[in-house]
Amino acid sequence: MPLAQTSTTVPVVVDDDLCIADKGCTVCVDVCPLDVLRIKDMAEGPKSKTAFMQYDECWYCMPCEADCPTGAVTVNIPYLLK
Amino acid sequence: MDEILDGISQIDCDILVIGGGTAGPMAALKAKKKNPEANVVLLDKANVKRSGAIAMGMDGLNNTIIPGHATPEQYTKEITIANDGIVDQAPIYRYAEGCYEIIQELDSFGIRFQKDQNGEYDVKKVHHIGTYVLPMPNGDTVKKALYRQLRKARINISNRYMATRLLKGEGRIAGAICVNTRNAEFLVVRAKAVIMCLGAAGRLGLPTSGYMYGTYENPTNTGEGYSMAYHAGADLANLECYQINPLIKDYNGPACAYVAGPMGGYTANAEGERFIECDYWSGQMMQEFYDELQSGKGPVYLKLNHLAEETVAEIERTLHIVERPTRGHFHKNRGTDYRKEMIEMHISEIGFCSGHSASGVFVDERARTSVAGLYAAGDMANVPHNYMLGAFTNGAFAGLDAADYIKDVDFAEFDQGEVEAERNRVMAPTKRDDGIPPNQIEFKTRRLVNDYLQPPKVTAKMETAQRRFAEVRDDMENAMYVQNAHELMRSLEASTIMDCAEMAASASLYRTESRWGLYHNRVEYEKDDENWFCHTLLKKGENGLPESRKQDVKPYIVEIDDDEKDAYSKQRVQPTEAAE
Repeated sequence: MPLAQTSTTVPVVVDDDLCIADKGCTVCVDVCPLDVLRIKDMAEGPKSKTAFMQYDECWYCMPCEADCPTGAVTVNIPYLLK
Repeated sequence: MDEILDGISQIDCDILVIGGGTAGPMAALKAKKKNPEANVVLLDKANVKRSGAIAMGMDGLNNTIIPGHATPEQYTKEITIANDGIVDQAPIYRYAEGCYEIIQELDSFGIRFQKDQNGEYDVKKVHHIGTYVLPMPNGDTVKKALYRQLRKARINISNRYMATRLLKGEGRIAGAICVNTRNAEFLVVRAKAVIMCLGAAGRLGLPTSGYMYGTYENPTNTGEGYSMAYHAGADLANLECYQINPLIKDYNGPACAYVAGPMGGYTANAEGERFIECDYWSGQMMQEFYDELQSGKGPVYLKLNHLAEETVAEIERTLHIVERPTRGHFHKNRGTDYRKEMIEMHISEIGFCSGHSASGVFVDERARTSVAGLYAAGDMANVPHNYMLGAFTNGAFAGLDAADYIKDVDFAEFDQGEVEAERNRVMAPTKRDDGIPPNQIEFKTRRLVNDYLQPPKVTAKMETAQRRFAEVRDDMENAMYVQNAHELMRSLEASTIMDCAEMAASASLYRTESRWGLYHNRVEYEKDDENWFCHTLLKKGENGLPESRKQDVKPYIVEIDDDEKDAYSKQRVQPTEAAE
């Protein structure tokens, strides 16, 4: 049974300019109860790494936004219930 | 991260606490304090810093029994009546006596509660009879304060490990099999006692938004405690008494009457009229709510637009920063303002949660389950209307009892074959080349829950559910496919959700009467005290399927007068009052 790739918008947005994942910070990844955030390598720009939402499985609960030391994370309401 | 590794290791501890949300940290702290020599391990699927139902905080204690405001007798009576009499009072009474000490302890941790000008706890009336609600306008500090205490007490914390099955040997608990959620490595934990604090079954029904994680409960709480207790042969009580809550439509967070009620807010119909006497969540209150939604006077709303600006501002401040802080974003997106209009409400998907209803793993007043050495506390244990303070207090009772229990026992021998069998079960979806992803298995299970199990309950529909669940289970066990460790965690959750769905159907079919208002409204049957004034206990039968039996309600400690028994069944505002 082959698998399809279906697009989905994700509620958590990270401002790459403010994110300090390249300095080793993983706070948002650590505190997410659903474990849906990850750190990825950046191909371009001044930063080598940034946090992002890999899995669209969000309770819009906000520890990632509240605990981020630089205010880089914003939690939006998922589109389906917005 | 998320790459699947093929490893296994083993550790030993005296007490294993599974779940680091609310009850779990308190159980671990109390056990360690009572027996400082004990090796206590606290395990969580997420990170204890921000896990469980109170990941962001909590806006109040809904059930305090504070001297001068309420008595244990009064509270025990209130909770008995609110649950149609089907309760064992001993755990409720012990909670009522013990919770004040826990409040003071939480206070000493730096968690702040609302106090009046004299420095006394500022308790509010929301329930039908007594006064128990203590607001926490600074309740966003709860998890941080708990975490500090855990570090101070040197509790061993293991984050990102998910327990999948309990181990038993010599007729008692022997430990648990766990899997790392980020690399799929196994961890076998040998323990003399295990305290389960795994929260509600919150991802059982599907929210009407269709967003799988837009649930009322924290969606990490998929009911693993119910599933593990079931497979370990423990009794589960009254699972047909579902949790269904009145919520802000689509946002699916509490409205929240406990915050807004004491300040003059209330639940109204489309005409802006009150239709329920008391906004305290009970089965009958939910039935009236459901009836109003179905009537020409629906939908139902939270009404605050008659209140003064400073009152609305205070309600808004609490509701938008503490328990579910994205609520402010939600209203802003919609352009809805409490001052200008009423806010549409709806009823939640179904779940299991003793925090607000009464079902769960059967426990006595010491938080002991029917399996020796196995404890349960919080939303998953069957002490009714637990809420956050119940989780803390009953978690404390579990920790205190376990600290004594481990003194007289050694590790129980278990069959290594069980570990191998569990590894094979868990890893099966990683061994296939393709197949059905866990999110589709889960969505289909939960859609069937909505179609066939949601009240009003109908026999033929629930039997259809059982047949369809069996088909999906077959797909899950023989064709589910995962690509990484994260998806493997979701596949284990799908399996838990399926177990809970099957238990919900089976328990609901067994009780051939209606009880607890909407929670167990079986339209073909009336309430039947003669045959069904009892608990139902469900356990895994010899044939591997759920098996139910009746159990007597233990003699009451606090007697209920005949004229008090119906206090919670008269919820509807009578026409004359409504016209005023």
